[in-house]
Amino acid sequence: MIPVLFVAFAAILVVSSLLVILHRSPLTSALFLVLAFCSLAAIYLLLHAEFIGLVQVVVYAGAIMVLFLFVIMYLNLGRDVESGVTLLLRRGLGWLLAAVLVAEGVVLVSRGLAPGPATPPELGAAAAGNTQQVGLLLYSRYLFPFEVTSIVLLVAMIGVVVIARGRREAAPAGGAAPAAVRSGAAEPPGEDA
Amino acid sequence: MIPLSWLLLLSAVLFALGVVGVLVRRNALVIFMSIELMLNAANLAFVAFARHLNSLDGQVFVFFVMTVAAAEVAVGLAIIVNLFRLRETVFVDEINLLKG
Repeated sequence: MIPVLFVAFAAILVVSSLLVILHRSPLTSALFLVLAFCSLAAIYLLLHAEFIGLVQVVVYAGAIMVLFLFVIMYLNLGRDVESGVTLLLRRGLGWLLAAVLVAEGVVLVSRGLAPGPATPPELGAAAAGNTQQVGLLLYSRYLFPFEVTSIVLLVAMIGVVVIARGRREAAPAGGAAPAAVRSGAAEPPGEDA
Repeated sequence: MIPLSWLLLLSAVLFALGVVGVLVRRNALVIFMSIELMLNAANLAFVAFARHLNSLDGQVFVFFVMTVAAAEVAVGLAIIVNLFRLRETVFVDEINLLKG
């Protein structure tokens, strides 16, 4: 039963990730990414990583994707225009590189990687308290990295506020700076066209 | 029981799809989503090995990766929003101010 479920969720995962990178509309891509994250969470549940599976749904499919959707709708992005010879060339090279990468992985997994000791059949009682065990590990052996994580989040939060606020305070300081920014913004698109 | 090699192959395929997305697409937001796919491929490998070795350290690492991914997405999206205000585009081809 578990291998069947795994293959089903893996198929959903691969197909929806393929649609993420192939679909022209960023909004549809983001929604397919939510589907991919949810099926990945299901695979985590099959691997008895219940805590990680639920955090995947809450953090990735919840928080991060809401941020993505917010930005896509805020910028009001339509469908991408994708054409041109250089783009075709780059597309071909990209798929070629990915094919090489996957082939490398297949070779490594099938030949280089020794099977090693077999996976233990079931965790039994340990599987029931997965969250408790992860929490114990997090607050004992990984206490210092855990605290550093909070600093990372704090720095990211302050950085986002500073970056997203823009250059609003440059205007009262002098009229020249915003004008320079605006001309810099207006000139290069003409150069591209 | 899921064999370790299946999980590693799935992880490799997911990572390769993320690489294709970064290389092929021009939309900065889609490139960001592809980076998320690659991070998730790494997470899947972590969880697979944690299950294989019957140890929870891999799951703790996945937790840290998720935190860093959240911080990275927030900062990256703020940069993209700022870039859009400045240049009116999210296509990475047209953001070439540093090009000589």
